[in-house]
Amino acid sequence: MDPDTAKPKRTFRIATADRVSRPAAAVGCIVLLVLVLLPTFAGRNLIQDLIFLFYMLALAQCWNLLAGYAGLISVGQQAFVGLGGYVLFALTLVGGLNPLLAIPVAGIVSAAFALPTALIVFRLRGAYFAIGTWVVAEVYRLGFAQVKALGGGTGTSLTPSVTSSMPGIEWIKTLLDVRTPAARDIASYWLALALVVGTLAFVYLLLRSRQGLALGAIRDREAAAASLGVDITSIKLAVYVATAAMTGMIGALIYLQKARISPDAAFSVLDWTAYVIFITVIGGIGTIEGPIIGAVVFYLMQRYLADFGAWYLILLGTLGILVMLFAPRGLWGLLAGRYDLTLFPTRRRLETNRTKNGLSSES
Amino acid sequence: MTGLLDAIIQGILLGGLYALFATGLSLMFGVMRLVNLAHGDLIVLAAFVILAVTEKLGVDPFAAVVLAAPILFAIGFGLQHLLLNRTLGRDLLPPLLVTFGLSIIIQNGLLQMFSADSRRLRSGAIETASVSLGGDIAVGVVPLLTLASAIAVIVALNFIFYRTSIGRAFRATSDDLDVAQLMGIDVNRTFATAMGIAFVVIAIAALYLGLRANFDPTIGPARLLYAFEAVIIGGLGSFWGTLAGGIILGLAQTVGAHIDPEWQILSGHLAFLVVLVLRPRGLFPRAVD
Repeated sequence: MDPDTAKPKRTFRIATADRVSRPAAAVGCIVLLVLVLLPTFAGRNLIQDLIFLFYMLALAQCWNLLAGYAGLISVGQQAFVGLGGYVLFALTLVGGLNPLLAIPVAGIVSAAFALPTALIVFRLRGAYFAIGTWVVAEVYRLGFAQVKALGGGTGTSLTPSVTSSMPGIEWIKTLLDVRTPAARDIASYWLALALVVGTLAFVYLLLRSRQGLALGAIRDREAAAASLGVDITSIKLAVYVATAAMTGMIGALIYLQKARISPDAAFSVLDWTAYVIFITVIGGIGTIEGPIIGAVVFYLMQRYLADFGAWYLILLGTLGILVMLFAPRGLWGLLAGRYDLTLFPTRRRLETNRTKNGLSSES
Repeated sequence: MTGLLDAIIQGILLGGLYALFATGLSLMFGVMRLVNLAHGDLIVLAAFVILAVTEKLGVDPFAAVVLAAPILFAIGFGLQHLLLNRTLGRDLLPPLLVTFGLSIIIQNGLLQMFSADSRRLRSGAIETASVSLGGDIAVGVVPLLTLASAIAVIVALNFIFYRTSIGRAFRATSDDLDVAQLMGIDVNRTFATAMGIAFVVIAIAALYLGLRANFDPTIGPARLLYAFEAVIIGGLGSFWGTLAGGIILGLAQTVGAHIDPEWQILSGHLAFLVVLVLRPRGLFPRAVD
């Protein structure tokens, strides 16, 4: 008997989408459309709140890529938020550049700073890397406090001519019939939305790519990934520099919106790293969905509890500790584990069909 | 020239304080591989505990440390036993995140209880007493005591580590956790004891922090960075290396401040980064990490 005819032939395909991902993508498109059109009917307070939500989410996605996937737990991402902000101020106030152009330049400058920084901090491993990045952020803070042209230790403000020179402001004013400050907010809102969608798209496409597969392997077990031929160091370096560039652009946008910068605020570990870590961990580290949930939870807490000041921060710290101890995969991990959900399918699943020889059920 | 010589002497003495900050961190890392992001805040917390004891009982800060030490040992023991032991494992994130959360809780808890005002430990005449070294150079008694205490703490820790049974347990768990457990060591208890001892070191560090300068609830993170830098400059695995690291950091800061007062902290950080580039394993490494 010919063994080939007796054995069922196995056909398989690699799939990423599951039953909810397509409806989720459709809902996502509708949400995006509503968010784009929001300024035509929403009030200014909501617009400002959403700008805050967007940039915290974008920062959380960057930190998640760094810590959740590449295993680079940084406590020093405020270095690049502040750097991006300061580059924007320098280029627009001293260099006279248009703020819209200054944002991508801030990203390039951040990447250029990240490369030598990485050469130093990559000498430290694991938890020591974390504190090393914090030291570097302090060096940036103390360094910018010495730059007298940008206000030294007390900081400086953007002039109204800079903040109003953003292209499109006049257009928004006539189109939506609003005053200049509101038009500025709307322009910042669209920029923040574009940046957060861009960050999400970048992270998603990266994780779907070949490099993303390597990153997922590093997240799951670094030694095993290395033994399968993943070039750990260069992937980590690339992720560090890329997230620095994105974080720098987000920082530039944040300080364009704030219009006032000082070293202590721009390089604040609480604002730009602690909050971001809590968003990622409470939502669920190592997933794209987690930081989105975390950012919404954080926004609601910030909105309704921030008036309690120190108590609010104590609560946030306690919540972070409890999640880490009892639900280390975060809120999204709890949901996804129970209902088997993925909104951003990045995991490759093997679908097999046992079929008789010659007959394939693959469609 | 006298100015520079003075800066060097002050830097060595300041290094004693940084060595005290760093020894606790070094102990935690050495025994349980724990990098404690709340270390600086714990030092500040201990300073407030000492302050509260001096105010409530009307005793001298030195006496208050003796009274506070058992309390702090118990807090450290409990913290490790109930919370931190649960976070230790292959994954790096839980201990980092939990201690980061603790740092925020301690800072804001102190802010609620003691307000943001700067405080200081008062100890009468000894605060301003100084010893003349000839010429124009005089050194304060408190800085001298700080360095002497750092040396005494290191001698005591080395005695515990190399001459007692609990020290043997510390070294065993540090070398190989699994084998240590097979030999009947209760790891949770060993780690909790190590944290208790680290808290006593933290109390001593807090005493000199409070005697030498003002403190308030927000200064913890900077002390963590100094402690960390001293540990890395000195090299992992040796308390004497940590002392050397503290002194190098202190020297970098005071010599930097001698050149330009605004450069004090920055030059300390830069010295750390230079050591990291030239000698990534520190100047006097012993442990292989």
